[in-house]
Amino acid sequence: MALPALPRRYHAASIWLVYALGLAPAAWSFYLGATGQLGGNAVESFEHLLGEWALRFLILTLAISPIRDLFRINWLRYRRALGLLAFWYVLMHFSTYVALDKRFALGVIAEDIVRRWFITIGMGALVALIPLALTSNAWSIRKLGPTWTRLHRLIYPIAALGALHACLSVKVIGPDLMVYAALIALLIGWRLVRPRYMERKRAMRLARG
Amino acid sequence: MPPYRPARIAGSEITPESSYFGRRDLLRLGAAGAVALATPGLALAATDLAAKPGGYGTDEQLTPEADVTGINNFYEFGTGKSDPAEKSGDFKPTPWTVKVDGMVAKPKTFDLDQLTALGLEERVYRMRCVEAWSMVIPWIGFPLAALLDRVEPLGSAKYVAFETVVRPEEMPGQRGLFQPLPWPYVEGLRLDEARHPLTLLAMGLYGKTLPNQNGAPIRLVTPWKYGFKGIKSIVRISLTETEPPSTWNKLAPSEYGFYANVNPEVDHPRWSQATENRIGGGGFFGSNDRPTLMFNGYGEEVASLYAGMDLKANF
Repeated sequence: MALPALPRRYHAASIWLVYALGLAPAAWSFYLGATGQLGGNAVESFEHLLGEWALRFLILTLAISPIRDLFRINWLRYRRALGLLAFWYVLMHFSTYVALDKRFALGVIAEDIVRRWFITIGMGALVALIPLALTSNAWSIRKLGPTWTRLHRLIYPIAALGALHACLSVKVIGPDLMVYAALIALLIGWRLVRPRYMERKRAMRLARG
Repeated sequence: MPPYRPARIAGSEITPESSYFGRRDLLRLGAAGAVALATPGLALAATDLAAKPGGYGTDEQLTPEADVTGINNFYEFGTGKSDPAEKSGDFKPTPWTVKVDGMVAKPKTFDLDQLTALGLEERVYRMRCVEAWSMVIPWIGFPLAALLDRVEPLGSAKYVAFETVVRPEEMPGQRGLFQPLPWPYVEGLRLDEARHPLTLLAMGLYGKTLPNQNGAPIRLVTPWKYGFKGIKSIVRISLTETEPPSTWNKLAPSEYGFYANVNPEVDHPRWSQATENRIGGGGFFGSNDRPTLMFNGYGEEVASLYAGMDLKANF
């Protein structure tokens, strides 16, 4: 399976398009919330929507390299944008919790982070995302070398913690959340079997000559 | 020959002036109505329900009707808050019967007319969800005690068990691969809680019959307990000697107790119960946080039911 390649001159524009489309759900629902069209529990709806999109972007970020391995479609150029979108959504999710939900009641927030497991876990994932976001640029990749690759493996525990945070925050894990959690497990699991799969693929290619 | 007396016309039977003057529109609407009836998935509008004012009220602001009927937990229709409103259109709350049996002298199956005849009144109650949000709702219903009196509980009866209808063909949450809860949804009360004057069987809200998403045609309301005790679309009420099962308690006994009394001092293991988000209106500043009250503010009425009980252990 191969897609027609996107001409190189459109690459930069297509990446900007990913950023623009990626931020659209946040912008649109902020508009709905600010104008009273997000239902009777607008803050919570907005907070959940941001968290859900963060999970979706984490999944997309993790899906880029398996898509290349399995289908030979190279979307690597979008991975930084997707990862940064995940970070921004997590940050907006947290800001909404602090500003709109808890209205800057810092004592309550601190107590939540210490005492509520699912908030502790979510906070941990946010903190771990910060160094990744800060080093998501060409200069850092050059500067850090192999360390950069090792550092960015943090995305696996971050995604797992994100899914756990979402699952622990609800009374019952609904079908959507179940799909997200399963996808994250599958995408992390793929990394475990990937070396063997790639080796076999290489061997088969060699055998075919 | 006795003098002729015209039959007394109930207030509820009098056609409102607006409908009288709109009768031609009604005829025109008839055609559209026929289409609507033939279209599955379209909820039938609730009809007006007459009730006398009850003794219970609050001067707190009512939660807008759109929120009361738009934000619901009714997993039989899906786990999302808007699922019940969006996916309950196929549900048929009439005809309906409630079977009352178990340890009673006179077991009986009631139809909706017989239930309505128990005396509907309007009561404004606070509703506190275990998920830390709350509403103020004008219910229409009758005290559960009135129903229990009709069936004469035996001296050995200690508890009341409730059961929700199971209709996978009308309730999308009860079919398919993903089943969040075991069906039927069941709940229970101690007999003295069930007989408490605050305990209501509601058949309407905001002056109308219950919308499907709120538990049509009849549901339990115990305002001093978390909302999940308020079992919806009840088909059976049984008097028992031993503590009946309660769906959430069976699913996660460390998180949901049998009593489930609103208590700001006993947190849910995963979140705080000290405050609640009072839902009201759209927008980011429509709802507001407020401290949660012991027994949801009904302590004066119900605290004596639990005298001497450790409410931290019996949460």
